[in-house]
Amino acid sequence: MADAPPVLELRGITKRFPGVVANDHVDFELRRGEIHALLGENGAGKSTLVNIVYGLYHPDEGEILIGGKPVSIDSPSAAIERGIGMVHQHFMLIPVMTVAENIVLAREPRRAGILLDYGDADRRVEEVSKAFNFQIDPDALIQDITVGQQQRVEILKALYRGADILILDEPTAVLTPQEATDLFAILHTLVREGMSVIFITHKLNEVLAIADRITVLRRGKTIDTIPREGATEEGLARMMVGREVLLRVEKEPANPQETLLRVQDLEVDDERALPAVRGVSFEVRAGEIVAIAGVDGNGQTELVEALAGLRKSKAGTVEIAGTDVTGSDPRHHLDTGLGHIPEDRLRRGLVLEFNLGENLALHDYRKPPNSRYGWLHPRRIAAWARGLLTEFDVRGGTTESRASSLSGGNQQKVVVAREVERDPRVLIAAQPTRGLDVGAIEFVHRRLVQERDEGRAILLVSLELEEVLSLADRILVFYEGRIVGEFDSSATPEELGIAMTGARPETAAA
Amino acid sequence: MSEQDRGVDPAGEGTAPPHGEPGGYAPSVAERFANYQRVGGIVTPLVTTLLAFFVGGLVVLVTTGKNPLSTYKAIFDGTGLNWFVQVGSHDVGLPFTDDRVWFPWNTNSIQSVAAFNLQQTLVLTTTLTLTGLAVAFAFRCGLFNIGGQGQYIAGSLASVWVGSSLVGMNRFPHVLLSIGAAMLAGALLAGVAGLLKATVGAHEVVVTIMLNWIMFWTGAWLLGVGGPLNADPAQQSSAYVAESAKLHVFWGLPNLQGVHIGLFFAIAALVVYSLVLNRTTLGYEVRAVGYNPDAARYGGISVARNYFLAMAIAGLFAGLAGAMDILGWQYRITASDVQGSTIAFLGIAVALLGRNTAIGVGLSALLFAALLTGTSQRNLNPDVFQPELATNLTLLIQGLVVLFVGADLLVISIWRARRRLVPGRLKAKPTR
Repeated sequence: MADAPPVLELRGITKRFPGVVANDHVDFELRRGEIHALLGENGAGKSTLVNIVYGLYHPDEGEILIGGKPVSIDSPSAAIERGIGMVHQHFMLIPVMTVAENIVLAREPRRAGILLDYGDADRRVEEVSKAFNFQIDPDALIQDITVGQQQRVEILKALYRGADILILDEPTAVLTPQEATDLFAILHTLVREGMSVIFITHKLNEVLAIADRITVLRRGKTIDTIPREGATEEGLARMMVGREVLLRVEKEPANPQETLLRVQDLEVDDERALPAVRGVSFEVRAGEIVAIAGVDGNGQTELVEALAGLRKSKAGTVEIAGTDVTGSDPRHHLDTGLGHIPEDRLRRGLVLEFNLGENLALHDYRKPPNSRYGWLHPRRIAAWARGLLTEFDVRGGTTESRASSLSGGNQQKVVVAREVERDPRVLIAAQPTRGLDVGAIEFVHRRLVQERDEGRAILLVSLELEEVLSLADRILVFYEGRIVGEFDSSATPEELGIAMTGARPETAAA
Repeated sequence: MSEQDRGVDPAGEGTAPPHGEPGGYAPSVAERFANYQRVGGIVTPLVTTLLAFFVGGLVVLVTTGKNPLSTYKAIFDGTGLNWFVQVGSHDVGLPFTDDRVWFPWNTNSIQSVAAFNLQQTLVLTTTLTLTGLAVAFAFRCGLFNIGGQGQYIAGSLASVWVGSSLVGMNRFPHVLLSIGAAMLAGALLAGVAGLLKATVGAHEVVVTIMLNWIMFWTGAWLLGVGGPLNADPAQQSSAYVAESAKLHVFWGLPNLQGVHIGLFFAIAALVVYSLVLNRTTLGYEVRAVGYNPDAARYGGISVARNYFLAMAIAGLFAGLAGAMDILGWQYRITASDVQGSTIAFLGIAVALLGRNTAIGVGLSALLFAALLTGTSQRNLNPDVFQPELATNLTLLIQGLVVLFVGADLLVISIWRARRRLVPGRLKAKPTR
């Protein structure tokens, strides 16, 4: 494959935004039939680069060559014409329309010039679907299929439009491990058929699992392009971050003290009033990290919301530091000693339009010195927030910057700073590293261990087995709203993986 | 102005300026202004307005064949804003010398048409500022208060009731009591919508529209023949408010809609609005709920409580507007006033054009007030523009401004949506 001709070449691509060079003379080469991973931290310029290829941005300098000829791509439709297809992180599908309708959208087969030929659409979609073994029902509605299947629809859409270069922007961010494996299989089929794939990610294990070659970007510059053979996670992490990164968290054995979080027979319903948590009991003690592992959608979200007072529980009790907080409002939970890093920092963890000072004061804006007699003291908030931003190494903004202007990792640092700073007895960290790059993950992990060692009870909820295994002192496996297994930190990924499928009900702890 | 810099970081990917210097960094006023301007905060409303006037001028040209420039000159003269450039109309006196001690110019001359027109503009500005704030405050909490009109009527009726009864009171308490009653009435009416939103989730738009109709007919009943507030069956009018309840008119003549001290109430309301939103914990909660109710709730803020409070406070502003009109120049209210008035609906346009900021609302209230008086049949020079068409011209330009404001929000939202499509920026959940 090394001598396969390049289908796409970028030479000296430079893209400047006011105050920042997003791409600085980036060179990139995609060969026919390869999966080429584009690796880099958040903000390294990966997205900018592929957006240039897809015609969403214009490069300030440099040239794009397709099949050896310089081309100018000034719009996504120009990119599609040249055989470039892109699958965005957020799917652009219409939920109430069928798979086939979505795929042929804007390229509908017509009969007699004006009538849409849905029969033909179905047929063509099935053809493509069969050819690549996608296993997808063309007549299903988008809203009824899983996220993994929706992603396949996006890929099919690109193929239907004649793409032979496929760009996938962090495709696994929304997938379960099994769905990710299925996706990789599909990608392998595609490249065997002669397609070429650009795969954007910041997850090192995925790169090693699927890429033929890897290009690392750091701060807008190409660091290197290397073949997968011989690459290691440590080496890639160093290239991405520019320094040594500890992938395993270093920690002492836990020294658990008194129980700070006690959950008994908790039952919680989801939005549709269906049972999501079905009778769960566990305890978290001071100085230990208890992780809840499980596949997404098994009741973890509802459990965390109930523990934080954001969702009413149907039965059971929750005690924080000896106080029964069952059924009380979120503020009472916070005041009793709860810190909560929510799983969705954009929807819940931050008010994006607020500045960082205001965001850091989200729980304590009513307390002196942030305010007195109902009057805010923005200067005192800013002074206090400045200290926190320094302590938690939040980069890219001041106390006056809006939260929306930060990168994901720095946004998460703001959330962590706010939750930890209140000196909570119990800290719930729900998917605290989702969407973060290695540098920020390292920071969050170290901080969680540090907080554990300071005597907090930490409940970690994570979909990443690796994270669970490296942080947790005890592991509870969640399946369909129940705890189906309890492990200590010496558990193997295989044991956990089997338990996560609910395959061993005999170990049920609840 | 922190609420105004709706910054759209053009760099993407969160590559904002580097980490704050140890000495502490606060953006200067100029920097903030530049930022605000860059994102179209000041420029877009201005462009919107100019564009509306330009298109309005084209329509004038095409439909009537009149020269748009001379038409606009006539409108400008009609607003009375030419008073400021009219030599000879500034009969400025020494303050503290005559009986209107604290106002430094002649307050009794009706010789100047410009002064007379300007007085009308300022009286209208007062009302529009307050009805604009009634919409803007609710907006900041994420609520759309269409009920300004009903709340305004409630305030008018309450102030006319208190102002015309309790005859013989001292002036100061009587005025305060009348105003207080009006604000309370507005707040109660709006509070119903807030309460229903907070408790059962009834949409505030639907509820406030229904409340508008309730006030429409309640007013008709109260003022109609045999109604409790009716004092003049022939005109279906209330009694006149007592002298002791009237607001002091400091420029012009009370019986010719001179400028009353309600103008200062409106300016004070703008300051209060800005302070409450930006400098109080209440305002913090309102803004948090308006921007992101999920995050607010997670932060420990009661979303329901803020929905109720924001609506009630919006109602305070609208009720105050009603009191200002009754106590300032109308002095009574008729059933046809209740049923014919649309002044508070214009508050929606004022808030939209003013981007829900204090300064913006004040300026756009002035603009709409000037537009209303400048194109009124009474003020528009009949030699330049047929008086029969004047009202149409008002509606035309108003409509264009609102249309372009809407379009400008549309442009911004398209711009934002486009940015959202650019991946890697937000890590949001997939469409499910």
